[in-house]
Amino acid sequence: MSTSSDTRGTHGTQGTGGTQGAHGTQGGQGTRLSLHAADLGRPDAVALTDVELDVAPGEILTVVGPSGCGKSTLLRTLAGLLPPLDGRLAQDGRPLVGPSADRALVFQEDALLPWRTLRANVELPLAIRGLPRAERRTQAEAWLAGVGLAEYARQLPHRVSGGQRQRAQLARALAGRPRAVLMDEPFGALDAQTRAGMQDLLVEVLAGTGATVVFVTHDVDEALFLGDRVALLGAGRLTAVRAVPHPRDRAAHDAPALAALRHEVLASLAS
Amino acid sequence: MTADRAPTGPGSRPARRRNRPRPAARYALRALALLAVLALWQALTSLDVDLWLRFSQFPTVTDVAHAFADRVSGPDYWTDLADSLTRIVTGFLLAAVLGVAVGVLIARSRLAEDLLGPVLEVIRPIPAIALVPVAILLFPSNEQGIVFITFTAAFFPVLVSTRHAVRALTPVWEEAVRTMGGGRWRVLASVVLPGALPGIFGGLSVGIGVSWICVISAEMISGQYGVGYRTWQDYTIVNYPGVFVGMATIGVLGWLTSTAVELMGRRLTHWLPRTSDAPAPRPRLPRPTPASSVPAPAPRDGAADRPGTGPKPEEARDEHLV
Repeated sequence: MSTSSDTRGTHGTQGTGGTQGAHGTQGGQGTRLSLHAADLGRPDAVALTDVELDVAPGEILTVVGPSGCGKSTLLRTLAGLLPPLDGRLAQDGRPLVGPSADRALVFQEDALLPWRTLRANVELPLAIRGLPRAERRTQAEAWLAGVGLAEYARQLPHRVSGGQRQRAQLARALAGRPRAVLMDEPFGALDAQTRAGMQDLLVEVLAGTGATVVFVTHDVDEALFLGDRVALLGAGRLTAVRAVPHPRDRAAHDAPALAALRHEVLASLAS
Repeated sequence: MTADRAPTGPGSRPARRRNRPRPAARYALRALALLAVLALWQALTSLDVDLWLRFSQFPTVTDVAHAFADRVSGPDYWTDLADSLTRIVTGFLLAAVLGVAVGVLIARSRLAEDLLGPVLEVIRPIPAIALVPVAILLFPSNEQGIVFITFTAAFFPVLVSTRHAVRALTPVWEEAVRTMGGGRWRVLASVVLPGALPGIFGGLSVGIGVSWICVISAEMISGQYGVGYRTWQDYTIVNYPGVFVGMATIGVLGWLTSTAVELMGRRLTHWLPRTSDAPAPRPRLPRPTPASSVPAPAPRDGAADRPGTGPKPEEARDEHLV
C-alpha cells in the first residue's frame, strides 16, 4: 500500500483546516456497529433472525452469502434505512435510529444522480454538510483525482464506464467523511479485471480514513482479500464470523490458512 | 495512482449525430410539408372540387391570406392575441406549479393520497370546458372563469404525470442522499424534483395542448375578446376567411407555446441518455469474457430488487419535432 500515503497526502494538502488534518493522522475514528438479538427485514418478509454482530471500529468486515440471504437487508439496517424488527442496533453503544452522514452507503450500480456530473455528485454530501461552494468544488475534485477520475469530473454518469461510475460513487461516499462505509456488492456488476483494480483502489483510498467498512459481496475471493473478518450468512441467520489471515495481501492468496478458510466458506455457501 | 487504473471503458465522448441528416435539411423538409398542405388546400378550393367533401364554399389560401393581412394591420387582432395569451399563460403556469406540487404530495404522502386522491379522481373525468357553468357561478368576472378553465385543463395531465414520475424514481437515489445526511427537503430538491422532471415535462406538453383547446372553447362560449371569441364572431357573421384566420392563429400560437415547453424540457433534461449518443445507456457492454471466478451479477436480495436506471424515463421524452 505504498500509494496510499500519496493519496491521503493529496487530500491533506487541500487544506480544509483542522478537521481534515486531524482526520488523516488520527485514524481509528471509525465507528462501532453492533446488532444484538436482532431480527431484520420487513414485517411481512423477515430476512434474518437473531443476529449477533459486532463490527469493531476501523475494521473491514466482509459479508458473504447466497443471493437472497439478506445481505442487503443487513446493510440497510446498519445504514439506518430499515429499523430492526426486534433486538438492538447500536452505534458506539448508542441506539442507532435513522440514516445519517456518519454511515455512507455504496450501491451496486446506478446510484449516482444521472443529472449531475461526476463532480456535482461528489459535491452533494459536501453541500449537505454545509460547505461553501468553492470548498465543495476543491474537495470534490481532489476526491475524484484520488480515484483517478480527474479528467472525467464534468462528465455525466451515463457517459463513463461502469467501473468509472463505481469509482465516482466511492469518491462520493468518502467525500462526506463518514465513520462507516457500507458497501452493497459495489463491484458486483464489473468484469474481472476492473473488479481487481477496484479492490486495490478501495484499499488504497480507505487507508488513513479509519472508517469502519461493511462490505457485502457474493464473491468469496473478494471477501477473503478485503476483509479483516468475514461474516457468513445463510438460511436466514448469521452463521459464522471468521478472522481472515493475511487480509489485503494478494501474495497470500495460496497461504494454507487462507485456503482452509476459503474451503470452509465455500462449503458453508454450498450447504 | 497507477497508470493501469487510468480510465477504462469506451470513449466517453462519442461522435454526436453521426448518422443524422443535417438540421438545415430537416427544417427544409418541415417547411416543405407545410407548404404542400397549403398547396393542396389552394388547389382544392380554387378548383372548387366537390367530391363528397365540398370545397366550393371553402375560402382559398389567398382569400385567407388577404383577410389575415387586413386583420394584422388592424388593432383588434393584437388585443385578441394578447388576451388569449395572457389567459393561457396564467392558467398554464398556475397548473404547472400546483400540478407538480400536488402530484409530488400525493406520490410521497399516504395521508395526502387518501385525502386528496378521491376528490381529484372524481373531478378529473369532467371535461374542463364542462366547468363553464361552475366558472360562471364561482368567479366574479368572465376573465377569471376562463383562466380557471384553462388551469383545470392543464392541471390534471401535469398532476398525473408528476405522480407517476415521482413513484417511478429509483429508490437508491433517495437512499443515497439520506445516508449522506440529507433530510426531507434535500431529498425533494436533489432527487425527487430533478428525477421526476422528464415525466413532468411529458405532462406539461400534454397540458399546454389541452389548455389551448379549453381557452379557445371558453372564449367562444363566454369570452369577450380573444382569438376564440373573434373566431366565433366571424362565424356568426358568415365571414369564413375570418374564421380561417382565427384557426391559423390558434394553430401557430399553439405550436409556438408547445415548442417553448418542449425546448425548456429538453434544456432541463439534457442529462437524459440519448439513444443517438452511442454508448449510453449501458456503456460497459463490450466486457471481456470474465474468468470463471466471476459469476453473473447476482440478483439483489429480497426487497432490494429494483430496476436499474438505464434508459429510465425515456418514454416521457417523446421525440417531438419542433
